[in-house]
Amino acid sequence: MEHTNNSEITFHHEAGGDEFIKKVIKTTILLSVITIIELGLGLAMYAFPMAETFKLFLKGVIVILSLAKAFYIVGIFMHLGDELKNLIMTICVPLVLFVWFIAAFLMDGNSWKNLRNSRGKSIVPVEQTAPAAQPASAEKH
Amino acid sequence: MATAQTQMQTKWWSGGKSPFNVEYGKLMMWYFLMSDAFTFGAFLISYGTIRFSQNYWPDPNQVFNAFPLAGHANLPLAFVSLMTFILIVSSVTMVLAVHAGHKNDKQGVIKWMIWTVIGGIAFLSCQAWEWAHLITGEHAVLINGELTNIGTTVTKNPWGPAADLASHEGHHVGTPGPVAFGGYFFGITGFHGFHVLSGVVINIVMLIMAINGTFERKGHYWMIEKAGLYWHFVDLVWVFVFLCFYLI
Repeated sequence: MEHTNNSEITFHHEAGGDEFIKKVIKTTILLSVITIIELGLGLAMYAFPMAETFKLFLKGVIVILSLAKAFYIVGIFMHLGDELKNLIMTICVPLVLFVWFIAAFLMDGNSWKNLRNSRGKSIVPVEQTAPAAQPASAEKH
Repeated sequence: MATAQTQMQTKWWSGGKSPFNVEYGKLMMWYFLMSDAFTFGAFLISYGTIRFSQNYWPDPNQVFNAFPLAGHANLPLAFVSLMTFILIVSSVTMVLAVHAGHKNDKQGVIKWMIWTVIGGIAFLSCQAWEWAHLITGEHAVLINGELTNIGTTVTKNPWGPAADLASHEGHHVGTPGPVAFGGYFFGITGFHGFHVLSGVVINIVMLIMAINGTFERKGHYWMIEKAGLYWHFVDLVWVFVFLCFYLI
């Protein structure tokens, strides 16, 4: 097809033109539906009273729906799903680092909040701690 | 997934074959996008960390509830939904442009690239409106006992917890919210918007090259494909920016 001047690349993308167009239409509808569901859940959390834990569950669902969108955009629109398996792996395996990345840093942030809140409730004035402590004016709880 | 190329007899590493059987530029674009994914990921995760570390964080449905030409109507998620669909549609038109390139259909490439550029400019216009609306908006908050009008900027945040009712004749008055909100919102959407802008510029260059017949002469439309990868990445990042700032 288009690889007229490079014999080192023998890979040809979607041979059937119209089957591909159908795939694009299906994927577009899927992405739109997923987006509408996400927006629906978001609006529902705004409009209806809900327990905090249920809201957290819905937020988890929305995150997973977004990951599904990412899967379809990368796999079909960007054609990564058509590439050699090893290429797919060089892209997807490092991204697994995000699992640790997100969990570790959100837990860190949460811990800072808890530490700040518990420190605010104690009576120990900052000046009396070790000399390396920050000046008292920086500590406002 | 891949087709006949994965037959056992193919010796991929004995010379004469491009690694992973793809063009060098496409492979490098993928790896650039990986690095950019980690950059955006780092920004978004640091936003999450700071947000989790705060006792109070503005409710996005209160901050982002405006729509152009709708005055003071309370429409949470409406404008950002429009922006999301604009970007999704421009991604689809980009897919169609790349597909036209595979078929060496010059007119098809030109048509779909024009639509993609229009989509990108529409998104940027929407983002500009959103920024202007936030920065110039005036919200009365109680600062040091005085009622002051402030907008949302990188140094000011009017979206804070309500003040004690007793402090202002029983009216519901807010106090300033965490300042990090503006820095993160404008910083991350700005960084994304910068990518959209550079993507629009690249797409315009691709369009001009297609019109001039550069790809026709080369015999392939590979550059359109690479520009397409960048554009889809921009759409993908928006999915997560929209998720983190507006939905969760």
